[in-house]
Amino acid sequence: MNKILLCRLSALFLTALSLTALGGCANANLVRVHPWERATLADYTMRPDRDPLATALGEHTYFSRESASGGRGVGGSGCGCN
Amino acid sequence: MSLPFKVRVRLLLFFSACLCLRAEVRVGDPFPSLSALAPAGAELPAGAGKVVLVDFWASWCAPCKESFHSYAQLQSDYRSRGLVIVAVSVDEKQSAFDAFVKKLSPPFMVLRDQGQQLVRQVSVPAMPTCYLLGRDGRVRFVHQGFRGVETDRAIRQETDLLLAENTSAHE
Repeated sequence: MNKILLCRLSALFLTALSLTALGGCANANLVRVHPWERATLADYTMRPDRDPLATALGEHTYFSRESASGGRGVGGSGCGCN
Repeated sequence: MSLPFKVRVRLLLFFSACLCLRAEVRVGDPFPSLSALAPAGAELPAGAGKVVLVDFWASWCAPCKESFHSYAQLQSDYRSRGLVIVAVSVDEKQSAFDAFVKKLSPPFMVLRDQGQQLVRQVSVPAMPTCYLLGRDGRVRFVHQGFRGVETDRAIRQETDLLLAENTSAHE
């Protein structure tokens, strides 16, 4: 086997390996903040609806401008548990 | 453009090493030792030759709180048959850990992973996650999250299977 063929084979293998490694970036399970590092995200102060008055005012504005009520956001904070 | 052969080989080794470093503990892998987590003067329950359930939890995780009631019942039902439950907290604050334990007062052993060394080593995929270890100390089942009765039923089925396995083979 000559050196050129060996180089081509190694380049092909390297490309395939790189694509496999980079494919992990598209994995749905990939997380930047690890599950055990979400204490701050799960804190009560991270909840957008923690202030009832501000929520009511926001809802009122939303209703007045959009003639819509409810259906804004989801419950819970950012711990991502389940 | 072509890279020199030596550079290619080095890149190849680098990518191979990167792939190998993804060290999430999976089914069939040996579970790391918990002995480093035991506080001074406290002894871990003897897990050698027993079925062990290791649960990773945090005080800020709502499903974790829910799971503790289920594990308490599991402990009461299976302790006499040889199941050992160890709950490992990933809380960064000792005060949060203490308040949670004081409030729920679990009947099983609760440890805190100070510095989050073990959880990094295990690379827990979600909170909570529990690992059922067979009598040989290897991971046999992994459960991500806690979904009430569904998770409880699955853990009981798997625990029954593990407890029914031949004990003499591991003695």
